[in-house]
Amino acid sequence: MNLSLKPAAAEGETLVDLATTPLRELNGALHKLAADTNQTLWKIANPAGRHAIAAGLDVPVTVEIDGPVGYYCAGMNKQARVIVHGNAGVGVGENMMSGFIHVKGDASQAAGATAHGGLLIIDGNASARCGISMKGIDIVVKGSVGHMSAFMAQAGTLTVLGDAGEALGDSLYEAKLFVRGSVASLGADCIEKEMREEHRALLAAKLEAAGLLGEVDMSEFRRYGSARTLYHFHVDNVSSY
Amino acid sequence: MCGIVGLFLKQPKLEPELGALLSQMLDIMCDRGPDSAGFAVYGGGTPGFVKLTLRGPAGTDFAALGAEIDHPILARDTHGVLSVPVAEEATVRAALARLAPAVKVVGAGARMELYKEVGLPADVAKRFKLEEMSGTHAIGHTRMATESAVTTDGAHPFSTGPDQCLVHNGSLSNHAGVRRLLAREGVAVTTENDSEVAAAYLTYRMRGGDTLGEALEHSLGDLDGFYTFVVGTESGFGVLRDPIACKPAVMAETDDYVAFASEYRALAGLPGIETARVFEPEPAKVYFWDRAA
Repeated sequence: MNLSLKPAAAEGETLVDLATTPLRELNGALHKLAADTNQTLWKIANPAGRHAIAAGLDVPVTVEIDGPVGYYCAGMNKQARVIVHGNAGVGVGENMMSGFIHVKGDASQAAGATAHGGLLIIDGNASARCGISMKGIDIVVKGSVGHMSAFMAQAGTLTVLGDAGEALGDSLYEAKLFVRGSVASLGADCIEKEMREEHRALLAAKLEAAGLLGEVDMSEFRRYGSARTLYHFHVDNVSSY
Repeated sequence: MCGIVGLFLKQPKLEPELGALLSQMLDIMCDRGPDSAGFAVYGGGTPGFVKLTLRGPAGTDFAALGAEIDHPILARDTHGVLSVPVAEEATVRAALARLAPAVKVVGAGARMELYKEVGLPADVAKRFKLEEMSGTHAIGHTRMATESAVTTDGAHPFSTGPDQCLVHNGSLSNHAGVRRLLAREGVAVTTENDSEVAAAYLTYRMRGGDTLGEALEHSLGDLDGFYTFVVGTESGFGVLRDPIACKPAVMAETDDYVAFASEYRALAGLPGIETARVFEPEPAKVYFWDRAA
């Protein structure tokens, strides 16, 4: 591989300019990192909306991307911290297993889709289908989320400081949804649920992880979850399927 | 997939660069649709004159044809543009049909010029010298054919009324029914392409008195399927996504322009993009800008 890297600005820091380095080389280099690598901080310049930047990582390194990214940024992430200084395209953090992704702008559709673990923070808004089929990830959106968010969400939490679009939590399993603002409508089998002490503790933990504990009034959040009427086929529910 | 782009300038200063900017946006969208490409540019016009964009078979001698009809035709590869007094439009169209039946009028209006061909979008833009064109706004399309064949007729944009054009990413599920409605109303749809039906639907609504914004609002109720539309009128620029928002869209707005693309990559090279307001247009919400307003 002929990776054209600039000299490291500091020990353990690697600078990659995607205006001159092919994305494939960057991702290849990230995939080759050993678990005990000293190259623990990667700073990526000029992403220009390219797709799949820092996808498929499996090492405890930090990748900071200076600008907007395209589709599937940090998809399948395991262990890594990925920070996007800009907007993210479709499917940011899709199928994340663990680690941390922080989008400092807006995210497009299907943010955190099918993700099993880790924490995804979006400073701006996320559009439609945020957390679709999430399986254990924690997602915190400081703005609002679009329609069909948490569709078929199975586990994990979705915390929204702004509003939620139509059909929130449609066909929801056991993911826990906390929304501070308005909810345009609830999807099939999604209902508002009582906020008990254990849920307040859970919400507090997620807000703390996102650096928001004490910044927002916890009492403003409402909890939504599954009514569990669609778990098994029942003819009375046929119109809901 | 298909890729669509649009650029609407709010200030005159970028007008000389319109074609170059759109060309660069179209190039980047090649990998969303390598089958064909097209674009419409709203450039200069002369009051009292109508601009006709012609498309002919490869090798059409537009200079000779222009001499025959007594109106010079500016040739750009397979296309040619001529400007005729409004009062003579019908006569000129009739003469063209008689003298060169293989040459079609693909666009007409006070300011719009429309070019489209099969082939790699980057090559199509080069053939028509898009980068040299200037104007106030332009839309473009790179096509991955799904609902109809890879032909020049199936390429976008579609223009079904004066200075009106539309590019579409998606597929309409009720285009056959809408096509029948339009036929009953006397609105011509000349290809088998579902996107032309959408263009013609907007023409039909605007002919009935709708503004572009109102026509787009009505589309939400009457057009079924997946779509992101970008449309142009003589002074306006509109964007509409279906309520499910199946097809991607991203916009950027600065004091100088409003830009649309299927993906952010196509916006990355625009001047001032670093400080632009970049946002995703919401589903089922009509976005509309007009320079005349």
